[in-house]
Amino acid sequence: MRGLITVLRKEVKENIRDRRALFNSLLLGPVLFPVMFIALVWFTNSAEEERAEKTLEVPVVGAENAPSLVRFLEQQGMVIEAAPKDPEALVRSQEELVIIRIPAEFGEKWNKGEPAPVEVITDPSRRESEVAVRRVKSLLTVYGQQMGVLRLHLRGIAPQIATPIMIRDVDLSTAKSRAILAMIFLPYILMITAFTGGMHLAMDTTAGEKERKSLEPLLINPVPRWQVMSGKLATTMLFAMASLALTLLSFKLTMPLMPIGTFGVDLSITTRSMVLILLVIAPVAILAASLLTLLAAFAKSYREAQSYMGLVVIIPLIPSIIFMSNPIRPETWMMSIPLFSQNLLIGEIIRGDAVSLAWYALSIASTLIIGLTLAVIAANLYNKPHLIFSGS
Amino acid sequence: MIKVTNLHKSFGKVQAVRGISFEARDGEITGLLGPNGAGKTTTLRMLYSLLPPDAGEIRIDGLDPTRDAMEIKRTLGVVPDSRGLYTRLTARENIRYYGDLHGLDKALLESRIEELTRTLDMADFIDRRTEGFSQGQRVKVAIARAMVHGPQTVLLDEPSNGLDVMGTRALRHYIRSLKSGGHSVVLSTHIMQEVAALCDRIVIIARGEVAADGTKDELLERSGCDSLEDAFVKLIGSDEGLLA
Repeated sequence: MRGLITVLRKEVKENIRDRRALFNSLLLGPVLFPVMFIALVWFTNSAEEERAEKTLEVPVVGAENAPSLVRFLEQQGMVIEAAPKDPEALVRSQEELVIIRIPAEFGEKWNKGEPAPVEVITDPSRRESEVAVRRVKSLLTVYGQQMGVLRLHLRGIAPQIATPIMIRDVDLSTAKSRAILAMIFLPYILMITAFTGGMHLAMDTTAGEKERKSLEPLLINPVPRWQVMSGKLATTMLFAMASLALTLLSFKLTMPLMPIGTFGVDLSITTRSMVLILLVIAPVAILAASLLTLLAAFAKSYREAQSYMGLVVIIPLIPSIIFMSNPIRPETWMMSIPLFSQNLLIGEIIRGDAVSLAWYALSIASTLIIGLTLAVIAANLYNKPHLIFSGS
Repeated sequence: MIKVTNLHKSFGKVQAVRGISFEARDGEITGLLGPNGAGKTTTLRMLYSLLPPDAGEIRIDGLDPTRDAMEIKRTLGVVPDSRGLYTRLTARENIRYYGDLHGLDKALLESRIEELTRTLDMADFIDRRTEGFSQGQRVKVAIARAMVHGPQTVLLDEPSNGLDVMGTRALRHYIRSLKSGGHSVVLSTHIMQEVAALCDRIVIIARGEVAADGTKDELLERSGCDSLEDAFVKLIGSDEGLLA
């Protein structure tokens, strides 16, 4: 073990002096991801808010056909604009988001008691018009309902008769479980970090060492090769774990800066959740370090190793992409699949649900078994002389 | 004391070493002389147990590299063909890393580094990061880290590669001092002057075999030539790959 620890100590010291390693492991994930995340939430929120609170300014064609409707709209705060000549062209050319048109037959049908037509001209494929259209339609619906109630009253009928069903929302989601909407990115970011956090180290300590021609003299020292390799693996894991811990910490610190007001929920990560998440994701760091080292050890140079890494980064994204498009209810058997189980468990932890110990145990054990198997293969790689000398 | 008997090594179809035998005694410098690709580096790699031989026997002070790999690595000081340093570490840290890998006691290690800094004249750059070191400075650090545990047997693969005149002079001086210290020194080279200037015994290797073996005078006598260069060409039967 002395050899392993010596290698570990030297690799840590050397890589702490390396700006590239520090940037990749300790800066990129922990700082860049939370900043990106917060900026994204800020942006979508403020855009939504602005559209929802802005005064509605809607051109109305044929306002003279329904003066009481138009008066109602104005009372609700809508600013009625003058009728344009060609409303369709204006919407198509994106000059207006939404235009109301009241056809000439409105008054006639209204008086007969038939449904009177009101056209809402819009382009639903333009997402920024969504809020305005929703507000216009709901105002029109409210007016329609008020008039309906009045008419029933006039005929001596209780208006309730026209409301056979009443839908009542019983919302069981806790504040935490609503927060998951915003936190869906965290498992995704942590999975990537488990891989990127150690990536530079995995390449530098194997392919880089070969490229610098320091591998052969290193292996002449009286230390078993598996110990040299394990020392390098341990360094990679250490940096990946440091990267993960820093990322979580930085999320914990930046969460209060989030515009939580609009969610109306508490987005904080407790220290206990942080520790739990780290515990759950630690085996992934081991798995990632072993896989990356295994691949990098085959490469002759740092550049060649880099070309493999692009493919590896896709691996941690697979579960996140599946869950984002197709949410799955966690079940016990899923806990035996590395990456999938961590994705699910982190989700449960953030949601604040109690997770059974068996799930933790299964997830950690299954990922550890695969990770350590890969580690053993990686540790024994340099027993093959052709891998030591390749490229020289 | 090294004794090599009938060593063989192939890589796929290529027979790199085909029955090499020689001896290297304590207090002597043995030169493996041969053109590029003759099998010198492969032979040395088998000696320092990085490659297992296909056949044949190696004994270094009675130890067998295939069975006593760890033990043999403790008694060997090796400056291989690859002599990359860690550029983000200082020269001292590079040497200390190897001392730690040998499990040297801290006080002993520091005194060894001081001693090597003096003998190899490294005081000017011992505490500088090795990034941007000259070839000569790099070779000195590579030698120092190979010698940090005070090995009895020293193997040097093309040690003067890339060195200027002053660097080569300093290197030869150091190798002679190892000889007078009673070490067994084996160096491989394709440079005639190097063996002529340094070696007590010369093993001429060509195409994976020993073409001739003996002192400088013995080789001249056997070939009937006046100069070592002519003797070399005559003994290996061609001037292929020869660099004077």
